Amino acid sequence: MTRRSLAFDVVIGAAVFVVLALVPLVFPSKALIDFVIRFSAYALFATSLNFLVGYGGMVSFGHGMFFGLGAYAFALLMQRTGMPIPAAFAITLVICAALGVVIGAICVRLKEIYFAFLTLAFQMLLYSLIILWVPLTGGDQGLRGGIPRPPFLGINLANQTHLYLVSCTLMIIGMILMHHLLQTPFGYTLRMIRDNAARANFLGIAVFRVRLLAFVMAGIFAGAGGVIMSLFVSGAYPEFAYWTISGEGIFIIMLGGLSTFLGPAVGTVILLVLNDFVTRHTEYYGLTLGIIILVFALGLRRGLLDVLVDLWDRRTALSAAGAKAGNVSKASL
Amino acid sequence: MDLATLATCLSSSACIVTQTTGALIIGMLLFLVAAGLTLIFGVLKVVNFTHGSFYMLGAYFALSIFQHTGSYTLTILGAGVATAIVGLIFERLFISRVYGQNVLMQLLVCYGFVLIFDDLVKIIWGVEFKSMGMPPAFQVPPLFIGGGVVPPFYLFVVGVALVIGLVLWLVIERTRLGKTVRAAAFNPSMVSALGINTGYLYGLVFALGGLLAGFAGALAAPVRSLTPGMGFSILIESFIVTVIGGMGSIVGAFVAALAIGLIRSFGSLGFPLFTDGLMYLFMALVLIARPTGLFGREIV
Repeated sequence: MTRRSLAFDVVIGAAVFVVLALVPLVFPSKALIDFVIRFSAYALFATSLNFLVGYGGMVSFGHGMFFGLGAYAFALLMQRTGMPIPAAFAITLVICAALGVVIGAICVRLKEIYFAFLTLAFQMLLYSLIILWVPLTGGDQGLRGGIPRPPFLGINLANQTHLYLVSCTLMIIGMILMHHLLQTPFGYTLRMIRDNAARANFLGIAVFRVRLLAFVMAGIFAGAGGVIMSLFVSGAYPEFAYWTISGEGIFIIMLGGLSTFLGPAVGTVILLVLNDFVTRHTEYYGLTLGIIILVFALGLRRGLLDVLVDLWDRRTALSAAGAKAGNVSKASL
Repeated sequence: MDLATLATCLSSSACIVTQTTGALIIGMLLFLVAAGLTLIFGVLKVVNFTHGSFYMLGAYFALSIFQHTGSYTLTILGAGVATAIVGLIFERLFISRVYGQNVLMQLLVCYGFVLIFDDLVKIIWGVEFKSMGMPPAFQVPPLFIGGGVVPPFYLFVVGVALVIGLVLWLVIERTRLGKTVRAAAFNPSMVSALGINTGYLYGLVFALGGLLAGFAGALAAPVRSLTPGMGFSILIESFIVTVIGGMGSIVGAFVAALAIGLIRSFGSLGFPLFTDGLMYLFMALVLIARPTGLFGREIV
């Protein structure tokens, strides 16, 4: 993996934004716009999960709690206080960070499978609280009545195109930030802990603190994904905090690939297309999806983008070897 | 919250008996499923997410066998053996291909099968709720213990589960086979170097897990309604049980299953909307106090 500068990421991000901004002009389809908004929410969520799983080696089964919390906190702030949208957004992220600090401090000490299940326990506690606290959250009916969207800075989120552009922007900024964080010394320390926590500890790294920081950061980005989702559905539903969201996140990163940064984004596209396509064309959703999963798990053995990157590496390695072959004697091959 | 109901119940022996019997039924079925799960994890280090589907298959096998033979004894045995065969095939053909790989890859294979089994059940038995009905031998008036109503079938389930649990414990702790299984859990390559075919051993462990889940399904069939999604809720609960008990510990699974049974049964009176929450709260507290579960050993 090569280190690239933040400036390079920003240029790429800007280019992606221009392309996405042109999409509604070229293909004025509401379904497509909705697809990209959902993609933005899930891609942020899944990439933040991979921040933990792929780069930190921390398999969380409860990451959906931040997605749900982001959606509920933002929707409630807008409904109850009527503050400007950017302020509610910022406060939502602070709330997610605070929850991340508390739950992370308890969870990150635990080893693999126990960490996974403790995070799941906390997510389900949050879910149970949402179901229980009917006056605040609307219980199992979800938070309804819509989210007020006062215009700010000339942006009116009641307009679907504006919402589309804002979702894309949030997604791109989030991706750039996460990618940049992974290129900093912090990011490399995180990888080192993933590969060998004991050795990192001997080298004097405060393993607990780095893990906790990663947990909190991942929580913040997942919360941002939740905010996009709550704006998209104009409310918040208990399903956003249910364990299936975490399960889908894991599923996405496995489909796309967890050793490449953009793997989860690719996985998100695959899952959303699968969901839309399979449900429309077959009665046996589970059977079809199950077989596709087995093809990935037993056939490809890793995520799609990982496979493509591998193929690419092998090709470049081959052609490099081919170029060298003239100079190298056959015996040394 | 409805603490008054809980207090009223706790002051009447009839209600305590009824709720405790309910807790025992939940606990024993959970124990049978969780024991297989914890055994598979202990030996193979695989988190078997299809275990809930095994339970579901056991219940549906029981339904068909009972409808054809009318004998409940045959039903229990048949459902157990059939599910064991499913477990064996599943391990040999699929799970054995992902040993030593990323835990998430194993999880993905299991998840694929959860979806496939659910749909197969829909295709074979239909989507609608099914119920097997109480076997004729148990269609007798209930017993009254301390003023509480106890159906004889409940006592039967508890008795059978206890016997199965005891036999399982004896096999693991006292027989040569059990010793091999424990050795394989500890150091598989050494076991294989000593001339034992670990592949067969792993298949056997999965079959044993399937057998237990099949028994649980057959015992649950008369008292639960059968639906294609029934494996999922018990899967989550049995995971909670294995994690609380300590992954790999059968005694731990037993204790934790009883605790979860009691929490569900009495919690549903005191906290009707928060029963699941209580369960997760209990799990979180146990893991905070003991990070590898009640009876789990520290894995280095």
